[in-house]
Amino acid sequence: MIDSMGIDYAMIWAGLIAFAVLAYIILDGFDLGIGILFPFIKNKTDQETAMNSVAPIWDGNETWLVLGGGGLFAVFPLAYSVIMPALYMPIILMLLGLIFRGVAFEFHWRTKNSQDWWDRGFFLGSLVATLCQGIALGALVQGITVADRAYAGGWWDWLTPFSITTGIALVVGYVLLGATWLNMKTTDGLQKQSVQFAKIAAWLTLFFIGIISLWMIFIEQQYLHRWFDAPNVYYLMVVPVAVLFCGFKLLYGLHKSREVSPFLYAIALFVLSYIGLLISFYPNLVPPSISIWQAAAPDDSLKFLLVGASALLPIIIGYTSYAYWVFRGKVKANEAYH
Amino acid sequence: MELLDAVLLARIQFAFTITFHIIFPGLSIGLAAYLTVLEGLWLKTGKPVYLATFKYWLKIFSIIFGMGVVSGVVMSYQFGTNWSVFSDKTGPVLGPLMGYEVLSAFFLEAGFLGVMLFGMNKVGKGLHFFATLMVSLGTLMSAFWILSVNSWMQTPAGYEINEAGQFVVANWFDVIFNPSFPYRLAHMTTAAFLSTAFLVGGVGAWHLYKARKQGERNEVARLMFSMAMWMAALVAPVQLVIGDLHGLNTLEHQPAKVAAMEGNYQTQKGAPLYLFGMPNSETETVDYAIKIPKAASFILTHDPDGKLVGLDQFPKDEWPNVPIVFWSFRIMVAIGMGMIAIGLWSLYLRARKKLYDTPLLLRVAIVFAPSGIIATVAGWFVTEVGRQPYTVYGLLKTVDSASPLDAPAVAASLLAFIIVYLIVFGTGVWYTMRLMSKRPSPVIEVDDDSQTTVFLSNRVATTSEGKIKEGDQ
Repeated sequence: MIDSMGIDYAMIWAGLIAFAVLAYIILDGFDLGIGILFPFIKNKTDQETAMNSVAPIWDGNETWLVLGGGGLFAVFPLAYSVIMPALYMPIILMLLGLIFRGVAFEFHWRTKNSQDWWDRGFFLGSLVATLCQGIALGALVQGITVADRAYAGGWWDWLTPFSITTGIALVVGYVLLGATWLNMKTTDGLQKQSVQFAKIAAWLTLFFIGIISLWMIFIEQQYLHRWFDAPNVYYLMVVPVAVLFCGFKLLYGLHKSREVSPFLYAIALFVLSYIGLLISFYPNLVPPSISIWQAAAPDDSLKFLLVGASALLPIIIGYTSYAYWVFRGKVKANEAYH
Repeated sequence: MELLDAVLLARIQFAFTITFHIIFPGLSIGLAAYLTVLEGLWLKTGKPVYLATFKYWLKIFSIIFGMGVVSGVVMSYQFGTNWSVFSDKTGPVLGPLMGYEVLSAFFLEAGFLGVMLFGMNKVGKGLHFFATLMVSLGTLMSAFWILSVNSWMQTPAGYEINEAGQFVVANWFDVIFNPSFPYRLAHMTTAAFLSTAFLVGGVGAWHLYKARKQGERNEVARLMFSMAMWMAALVAPVQLVIGDLHGLNTLEHQPAKVAAMEGNYQTQKGAPLYLFGMPNSETETVDYAIKIPKAASFILTHDPDGKLVGLDQFPKDEWPNVPIVFWSFRIMVAIGMGMIAIGLWSLYLRARKKLYDTPLLLRVAIVFAPSGIIATVAGWFVTEVGRQPYTVYGLLKTVDSASPLDAPAVAASLLAFIIVYLIVFGTGVWYTMRLMSKRPSPVIEVDDDSQTTVFLSNRVATTSEGKIKEGDQ
């Protein structure tokens, strides 16, 4: 667990995987959100502008999902081999959704006659993928039955009122990210429409954050004690207060027609909710029974990959930022290579 | 029995999803390298024909790459969903290798792909070339890591087994550079280059064939065809040598696989080479055989009377499916021989300045357009079916690797994958073929002031495309 140098590699990796998953949620969140908004955007040119605003970057965004999954396999193989069968159906459906969403970026431009079908695929793929991610998260929060290093629950354990609620909440949240992104990246009619979407999504997101936070307390004793036992309660209250502050700044920014700040405050809401989840989960990786250290691969494996990750992650963040920088500013219609 | 059925379904699911998947990254490796070469030549010479060819294949590349990404994400989760016991046991060894693949390859490709596809007017020429180069490098790094993973499963090395029954690492170098890895890496990357070359050559031949009928000269199609035929002439023979070395390595580490490839049921000296036949594992004979005496021994031991281990040295319940391995191997080798023949033929015609004007070669090249892809898939069938019944060769059996899933759950997901893959990738291949059937815009070679020509040829390309799009059914 803690080696002779006093370094806890499992804990470092838990932090890195948590970072990768958060990066995924935020980055792919806004482009999945745009997929969900797609059919509600009024005219075709605006739809295509919305799609083009993420076309150069969606692939990079989705790579964080592969890092999350691949990373879990690499450093927490036990968690990976328990979570995947437990969440079998939502994960398969998510993958199928991501297939339709991903190819739509190309196929949309390759046909006129069946374009509507791929646009539907873009919308439904994004919606299903998001819903399934939210459901998977909810199912994880509820806890996974484990016996003898393997999943020991039933095939429908993941489907509960709570997980459905987290699924819907994530859809609303991704729509908020997508709408505030479009508000930042586009102009005129599309921008105005995005602000409308964002306002509705902002209220709903805050509503769902509240509901789910309260609901969680009743699901698992650990969550209740973590948040409300003294002295935790005094300093953990910072999180809900910060959520309220960001929610207020988000709505205020939208009201004042700010372009960048609503997107940043929407991200902040995601970061805070995520921190809230981590606080509830710790020290478990798979609630209620597998801890970070139980799930971890041997230190040798953790160290070997950590060397690469410490060298490569800064470079990755560097050139990813560069790619965003190249495509900075407002997106214009018909600007793509197609 | 029910568990066995679930395992069989999971195997079919893996075979189905990976067979689709390997086609796309295989072509992405080749096309990314091809695009890098084209853009480099354009920057160096300024000749518009290179840019026109680059733009032609860039669109095709973007569809193929996209399909590779989405089918690849499925693969990265498939280990956990259907093969969770395998994941738990091999995670400490294979996980970090895949982690390196994500960090050093996937991010690199994805990060620079946007600039490569959409950034031509946003960054300078040099930076754009750099982006193309990085995408290409990413595809190769990805091949490096994933083939290391696969090779370790075939020829495990550098590991120990801990008290939880997991494979753990004793020596990382031995794990990564396990005995079959260098051969498999060389064989597969060369296969990717050849597959792409024959695809490009087939498309070039198709347009040359049509241009010939209309009595016009198409520089872009000539460039595609010429470059592809150079690859056939120079690289296909190299692949034969690599393949032979890879086979010898397999003979050393997985003799049962080689015995299945050769249809060699009995251990014998001076084993024959079967050109054709129906391996029959019931009677342990090759029926309807056409064979060359002693040739298999000669190829594998370099001695006509050399002794070859047959399947009789292995328990029958550990035999791979002999007919599949036997036939996949023959398909792969036959295509490889055909490629070499085409390469030699093209050299002869090139020397006589008839490369572009021999309708028979053009027709053969068109037929051979998908040959590399077929050979690649056949090759993977040889190596993957041939290492059964193991996932980690000799150590972990396939039946002991699967998730504790019920057959209906696996059957349902398998059905969903089949339907979605046929729709999505069927359509994707159709769109790719439609792009490949579009006539490349004829480019007029101008030495000075090439910029104007490039500009003009772009506009020609745009308008001709617009017309085709309107008429598209």
